Amino acid sequence: MCRVVDLQQAVLARNDETAHALRDGLAARGTTIVNLLSSPGSGKTALLEAELTLARERSVPVAALTADLATENDAARLARSGVPVKQVLTDGLCHLEAGMLSGHLVGWLPQDTRLLFVENVGNLVCPASYDLGETLRVVLASVTEGEDKPLKYPTAFGLAHLVIVTKTDIAEAVGFDEAEFRANVERVNPGVDVLLTSARAGHGRGVLLDRALAAAEGTPPHRPVMAQPPQHTHGHEHGQAHDHGHDHGQAHDHGRDHPPQPEHPLPADALARRRS
Amino acid sequence: MHEMSIALAVIGQVEEAAERAGDVTAVRSVRLEVGELAGVVPDSLSFCFELACAGTLLEGAELLADPVPGRARCAPCAHEWAVGMPPSLTCPRCGGAAGDLLSGRELRITAVHWEDGATPAAPTREPIAEER
Repeated sequence: MCRVVDLQQAVLARNDETAHALRDGLAARGTTIVNLLSSPGSGKTALLEAELTLARERSVPVAALTADLATENDAARLARSGVPVKQVLTDGLCHLEAGMLSGHLVGWLPQDTRLLFVENVGNLVCPASYDLGETLRVVLASVTEGEDKPLKYPTAFGLAHLVIVTKTDIAEAVGFDEAEFRANVERVNPGVDVLLTSARAGHGRGVLLDRALAAAEGTPPHRPVMAQPPQHTHGHEHGQAHDHGHDHGQAHDHGRDHPPQPEHPLPADALARRRS
Repeated sequence: MHEMSIALAVIGQVEEAAERAGDVTAVRSVRLEVGELAGVVPDSLSFCFELACAGTLLEGAELLADPVPGRARCAPCAHEWAVGMPPSLTCPRCGGAAGDLLSGRELRITAVHWEDGATPAAPTREPIAEER
């Protein structure tokens, strides 16, 4: 017979559960994830290479995982910093998912890693929907991309804990209107910090590392308005318990909200659903 | 374009629910709430869903997407507003930055319409004379 079943499940519940487990598992061994999002060509790799190099100089144990559709070019660049680096090829997939990330960490991530930087696939749409277990989500935009980028990609910018402007050494040449950019960020993510950097000129060197270390030490990240979980009126809550996946602002609270995770800090269901 | 990943996640969850129910023979439709800030294009999702359902229990199932507008409430002044697109998440009344998003990021399965093997409770036909 025909039945209508009231299911009530967040579509990304599985990703969110994996992300929670990953965050908790890594926190238990003292590792914090920083998720870097931007459009292709914004300068994620250049900024990250500089920050990794600085971390190494300061003897902060860091590692980086970089995801691209193809080529190992980014890993080769990041590896010049001398810290552990891993390239993930997504074979065309436009974003990383928590299970994929988790699978790539098994057997690779050094035990004493303090900060794991994840350079997501260059894309401001799809990666925004996937919690990777990060404590700090950073969205980058270069000065050449247009001041209205935050309005065009509101979900990405709206969920950021930190916004970083890159390539400021050419800001004047390209007529970058910093005030307008800041106003647009403020519209979709009121209160979020916007920091200016130029990897080439060394401007803002260390700001990303400092913010990442602060997050790792428990400084609560910015709380984006958009990250507040929708307050449903449904009586049936199944699935909603995991609806906090993108609520990065309260990542540190998960221990209270969720039952203890099973004892596999890096869930092995990793690549279960997708080759990567 | 991550709608294919979303479609696969929907199918996986419906399949699991059907397996738990035990005797589902076909899925007719799946209803979703899609918030305007969820970052998903409903038309694209429907297209991917149709392709990804082929060869599964959901083959031929219809995807029904209910759009959910974004609304926010200002914590200090309690003003509520429609955030629009692109969204304005600063309180339009007091300029406060400490709002809460009430709706708009939903991406959830709300209902599934399926066929199962259960015998209808309604009375069956009377036996005809030859069967008596």
